[in-house]
Amino acid sequence: MPDLNTATAIDLNQWHLKSEQDLIELQKRIIESTDPNRPEIVVCHGTGCLANASDKVSEALKAGLAKAGINAKVMPGIKKTGCQGFCSRGPLVLIRPQGLFYQQVKARDADEIIEKTLMRGEIVKRLLYKDPKTKKAIATEQEIPFYKLQKRVVLKNIGKIDPTDILDTISSGGYQALAKALTSMTPEQVVAEVEKSGLRGRGGAGFPAGRKWRSALTAIKKKGRPVYVVVNGDEGDPGAFMDRTIMEGDPHSVLEGLIIGAYALGAQNGYLYVRAEYPLAIKHLEKAMEQARCLGLLGENILNTGFSFDARINRGAGAFVCGESTALFTSIEGKPGNPRPKYVRSVEEGLWGRPTVLNNVETWANVPLIIRKGANWYSGLGVSNSTGTKVFSLVGKVNNVGLVEVPMGVPVSRIVEEIGGGVPGGAPFKAVQTGGPSGGCIPYSLKETPVDFDSLTKAGSMMGSGAMIVMDDSDCVVDVGRYFLRFLEEESCGKCLPCRLGLSRMREVLDRFSQGKGSEKEIDDLINLSQAIVDGALCALGSSAPNPVLTTIRYFKDEYLAHVQDQKCPAGVCKDLITYRIDEEKCTGCTACSKQCPSNCISGEKKKIHVIDASSCIKCGICKESCKFGAVLTV
Amino acid sequence: MKITFKINDKTVEARTGWTVLETAQHYGIDIPTLCHHESVTPSGACRLCMVELKEGNWSKLVASCIYPVKEGITIYTETERVSNVRRWVFEMLLSTCPASAKIRQMAANYGVASTRFPISNPDNKCMVCGLCSRVCEEVVGLSAISVVDRGVHKKIGAPFLRPTDVCVACGCCVSVCPTGAMQSFFDQVRGEPSMRLTQLTRQSAQEVKTS
Repeated sequence: MPDLNTATAIDLNQWHLKSEQDLIELQKRIIESTDPNRPEIVVCHGTGCLANASDKVSEALKAGLAKAGINAKVMPGIKKTGCQGFCSRGPLVLIRPQGLFYQQVKARDADEIIEKTLMRGEIVKRLLYKDPKTKKAIATEQEIPFYKLQKRVVLKNIGKIDPTDILDTISSGGYQALAKALTSMTPEQVVAEVEKSGLRGRGGAGFPAGRKWRSALTAIKKKGRPVYVVVNGDEGDPGAFMDRTIMEGDPHSVLEGLIIGAYALGAQNGYLYVRAEYPLAIKHLEKAMEQARCLGLLGENILNTGFSFDARINRGAGAFVCGESTALFTSIEGKPGNPRPKYVRSVEEGLWGRPTVLNNVETWANVPLIIRKGANWYSGLGVSNSTGTKVFSLVGKVNNVGLVEVPMGVPVSRIVEEIGGGVPGGAPFKAVQTGGPSGGCIPYSLKETPVDFDSLTKAGSMMGSGAMIVMDDSDCVVDVGRYFLRFLEEESCGKCLPCRLGLSRMREVLDRFSQGKGSEKEIDDLINLSQAIVDGALCALGSSAPNPVLTTIRYFKDEYLAHVQDQKCPAGVCKDLITYRIDEEKCTGCTACSKQCPSNCISGEKKKIHVIDASSCIKCGICKESCKFGAVLTV
Repeated sequence: MKITFKINDKTVEARTGWTVLETAQHYGIDIPTLCHHESVTPSGACRLCMVELKEGNWSKLVASCIYPVKEGITIYTETERVSNVRRWVFEMLLSTCPASAKIRQMAANYGVASTRFPISNPDNKCMVCGLCSRVCEEVVGLSAISVVDRGVHKKIGAPFLRPTDVCVACGCCVSVCPTGAMQSFFDQVRGEPSMRLTQLTRQSAQEVKTS
């Protein structure tokens, strides 16, 4: 069996780093011991690609190489990386050093890739990405618009390094920011640098991280230590997977940020609160911590500087509300994850009643970049009030579903239309939901809105953690509102009345709208009720829950009126308000719809016009999906 | 130390550690509450005691039962935003605990006589504020009652909804219950009386056997 391992021959156990020089020496050794010309097959092992069996692809490649290895001059290595971002095209395979980008690779393609690309240097054309607009095949990653238009800073290493091998991280400069902070900066300087960078929390509200750290220092002066640093990895917004990708694909960046933060605040203990639904993230973080401890980058006397810090992982038990800071603390403390009244800030009274700095995964991952490259470099990215980059998960009715990183301040249209490739079919998008269930929607007319904290808030939405759900004309705003309310109704902790009862009442009103019941007055009532929940709820889950409804009423009131006044659902979604009909001019009599119909209500012979019997139709929409001629209409 | 601030443009003095609600009650300023009780830690669950905190052009609503007093703040207890929250909370309460005479009375006092929401269970009195469980834990020291489950499914019961013999039937929970619901939960917490008897009989039989 040939050696397909891409890991270096360096034995981790032989190294215990005692200074910054040791770290640089180790990096040098790793780079020296790897052959830059050795071909490398990089297989994406992010959760999205794994769900499409990318593990089978890497196994097939491994087996294929073992069989054919004889002719290859240098045996290629296979590297399993975190999510490369272009999830809708997965499983992804990259061939280095050429940088060839193969997409939607199946296990059965492995032999062809080995035979053609690795042994003969040819390109397997059918696996290349084709630009949906120009129809041209693109061979390398850098030339694909999806990647070309991004600015990858936080995601820089993800998709390039093996997240389970700390040496790979160190070879790309990992932990050098930590070494710099520990050896040549005082804790005060670290806090000042983060303040100067303008970094704002990536978890949703966008609170300046530096200011948070500064207030924690003030609180520590008053209350003394211990102080805790905590990573919020309880990402739960529907359609959001930024934090998961960072934890899975580059766990050391989060860990390094956390250790730097601990040094700045003088914390000895930290927690990583990761939702249990992210098993791979937990596995990779555990491994990362174990390896960092082995190298002396975590634990007692880090890099022989006298600074000690250790962290542990707390798994969430499946409650969305535990992403809220105070609920997260009560959950770590072993109590039910209910938010507690928060008129005292968590930097003063957080975990176990002690000063605590809680930041989101992405925020922590930004810290090493700021320390290593400087606050000036960082604040040069983005716009004045929102510096740096932001990672978005682009989902919904968009061609290029995946993970996107752009500088703050780029317009929505750049992300959705240029990077995302627009709506399938080429129609303009209807709206983009940002900020998940707590955010709001940005209509097409505001597509030039810059994506930064303040502009999004002004438009009635919010940055949130970074989920972007693209909607087109077939999405009904009433239905979208119902979806998010149903989600939050289930996820509410139930402690305060406006959230527990109010959200259900709101959803019931929308249920009635979707049946064509209601009146214009009820829409106004709904706005008032929403305002009462915004003002009255105990925590941010409740007080931001009405946002999707409020913004859709603000931008799409016509559609609400169409439901309650005309009993029509313009998007053709609300079942009680639509009937399916077959367009006699377009129907070719192909029988595709009648074969698929689960309630057998479509009649018609081959090559003759079909008819839907409305009395037994269950409005499932399968006929519309199955018709290739657009002959099934909703009216 | 005294802290001076304003409620409804009236200058008031509070002691350090007081909440806005405590100060208001001290001065006889009316703020409605349901889940608040002076003998237990406030939890801020019912949101009826919301008041508006103003600072220049900016204002926000805070729950007065948990908001600590600060020097120089201005509080208003009867603004439009406050009434809006109060009104909707009363309407929610009327739809969810229609059987509670106490709630009907209180809502009527604040001008809310009916609800626009459908009534799902006409016999329900409980609003799941959890005051009973806080009293049982903090005053009685037993935790025989707890708030079980989450969100819309949240309810009051013995831990894990199994009848408990931890309960000493002191009746504290019944006396503090703001809606009069606890009376009907009592047997759920303690188990059916007939069951309790069997348990006792079994226990004494066991004792006879071992002795």
